[in-house]
Amino acid sequence: MTLPPELQNAVATKLSLKNVSKQFGTGARGVLALDRVSLEVGEAEFVCLVGPSGCGKSTLLNIIAGLEHSDGGEVLADGEPITAPGRARMMMFQEPALFPWLDVMSNVLFGLKLKPGLGRKERKEVAQFYLRLVGLERFQHSYIHELSGGMKQRVALARALAPNPRVLLMDEPFAALDALTREQLYGDLQRIWKERKKTIVFVTHNVREAACLGDRVVLFSPHPGRIREEFKIDLPRPRDINSVELARYSTVITAALKGYAKGSEAEVSE
Amino acid sequence: MKRSTHAAIFFAGLVLIWGLIYHARIWSPVLVPSPVEVGRYLWDALGDGTLVGATLVTLRRLVIGYFFGLVLGLPIGLLTARFKLLKDTIGLLALGLQTLPSVCWVPLALLWFGQTEGAMFFVVIMGTIWSVIIATETGISNVPPIYGRAARTMGSTGVHTWVGVMLPAALPFIVSGMKQGWAFAWRSLMAAEIYVTILSGFGLGHLLDYGRELNAMDQVIGVMLVLLVIGLVADKVLFSPWERLLHRRWGTATK
Repeated sequence: MTLPPELQNAVATKLSLKNVSKQFGTGARGVLALDRVSLEVGEAEFVCLVGPSGCGKSTLLNIIAGLEHSDGGEVLADGEPITAPGRARMMMFQEPALFPWLDVMSNVLFGLKLKPGLGRKERKEVAQFYLRLVGLERFQHSYIHELSGGMKQRVALARALAPNPRVLLMDEPFAALDALTREQLYGDLQRIWKERKKTIVFVTHNVREAACLGDRVVLFSPHPGRIREEFKIDLPRPRDINSVELARYSTVITAALKGYAKGSEAEVSE
Repeated sequence: MKRSTHAAIFFAGLVLIWGLIYHARIWSPVLVPSPVEVGRYLWDALGDGTLVGATLVTLRRLVIGYFFGLVLGLPIGLLTARFKLLKDTIGLLALGLQTLPSVCWVPLALLWFGQTEGAMFFVVIMGTIWSVIIATETGISNVPPIYGRAARTMGSTGVHTWVGVMLPAALPFIVSGMKQGWAFAWRSLMAAEIYVTILSGFGLGHLLDYGRELNAMDQVIGVMLVLLVIGLVADKVLFSPWERLLHRRWGTATK
C-alpha cells in the first residue's frame, strides 16, 4: 500500500547540542539548571534522558522544543539553530494536555489545521490514519473526559504525530499511568517509532522504562544539571520491560545514578 | 417528560393552595386576590396590548444593554488577563464596581441621561459589564499553562491561541460570569423602571408600580408572574444550552 505524500515519513532530524547552559533566577537564589550540556542525537535515534528531579532534563527538552531559550551554547536541528517552537518538533507532556472542548478527532486536527497546504478532506484522512495507528479510530467522536488515562495519552501521541514532525519530544508521558497501561504503551511506542522513523528524545526518571525504550540512555545529575554518563542499550526490539537482559541494564544504570545523585537527592525508581 | 410533569403538578398545586387561601377569606381580597382575578387581569392586559407593549419595552432595554455589556466586557476581560498593568488598574476597578449593587447606578444614570432610554441602557450595561470582565479575567488566569504550551508546539500563536485555546478553555468561567451579569442587569433594570418614569417607554416595572398606585393587587401579582416567567425562560433559553454543552464536553454533569 502506498501512502499519500502527506503521510509519508518526514526525514528524521539530527539534533546537536553544544555547551547548552540555562540559569533560573539570579544571584544567591539562582539555580543552574543546565551546565554546559552537550548531546548529539542521530537521525531516527531513540534517546532517553534519565535523572532525578531538578537535573534539568525537562528544561533541556523545552529548549529543544523551542519553548525556552538557553543562556549559552548552541542548539541545532539539522544544522539550523532552534529559536522558536516549530511543527518539525512536536512535544508530549506528562499530562495529556488535550483540549476538553474538542472531541478526539478535533484535538488531532488542531495542529493539522495550522499546517499550510492541507485540504479539509486530506486533514481528516491524516487524523484518521494516526488515530488508527494508536488504536483509537472508534473513539474519534468521544470527548476527552470519556477516555481513560492511557487512551488520553494515545490521543496526545496521535496529535503529536499528525503534523508529521521530524522529532518527537516526550516529557515523562507515561509517568501518571498505571503499570499495565504503561506496558502496552511501551509496545505501541516502539512499533510506531519503527514505522514512522522519528528522532525521539524521551525524558523519564524511570530507569527501566528508559532501558526498554532507548537506543541510548543518557544520565543526568542535578545541581548543576550535567550529563554524567551514557549507556548504549544493545537489545533487539521489540523489547519487553520484564525481560532479564533488560533488568541487567537497568541495574547497572540505577547503580550509576545512585552514585551521582547520592543521599537525599536520589529520587529514582528502578 | 417526567420532570416537566412534576413541575406542572407542583405549580398547579401552588395555584390550588392560593385559591383555597383566597376562599378561606383569611385576608382581605384587596390584599390577596384570587387566581381567577389575576388571570383575568393578565388576559385583559394581553388583549389591550399593555402587557405585550411593556414586555417589549423592557426586553429591548435588557437585551440591547446586555449585548453591549458583553461586547465591551469580554475584550476588556481578555486585555486585563493579558496585561499585568491593566489587571492592576482596570481589573481592580472592575472588582470594586462589581461589588457595588448595580441599582446604585440608577440615580447617576438619571442625572446624566435624564428620563430616557439612554439611562436604562447605561444601568443595564453597568449591571453586566463588571461581572463579565472579572469572569473572563478569572477564566483566562485559570487556564492550565500546559494548554498554551501544547498549542505553541503545534504552531499556534497570538490571536489564534487566544481565540482557539484561551477563550474556549475559559468558557466555563465566562458563561457563569455572563449569567451573573444577566441577573444583575435584570434586577437593576427593574429597580430603575419602578424607581422613576422613563418618558421614552412604558416597561414592566412601571406597570408593576402603577398597580401599587392604583391599589390593584391583581395587576401587581400578574406583572410579578410575568417577570418570573421571563426570568425562567431567559435562563432556559439563554444559558441552559451553554451549560449543557459545557457539562457534556468537560464531563462535569452530575446527571
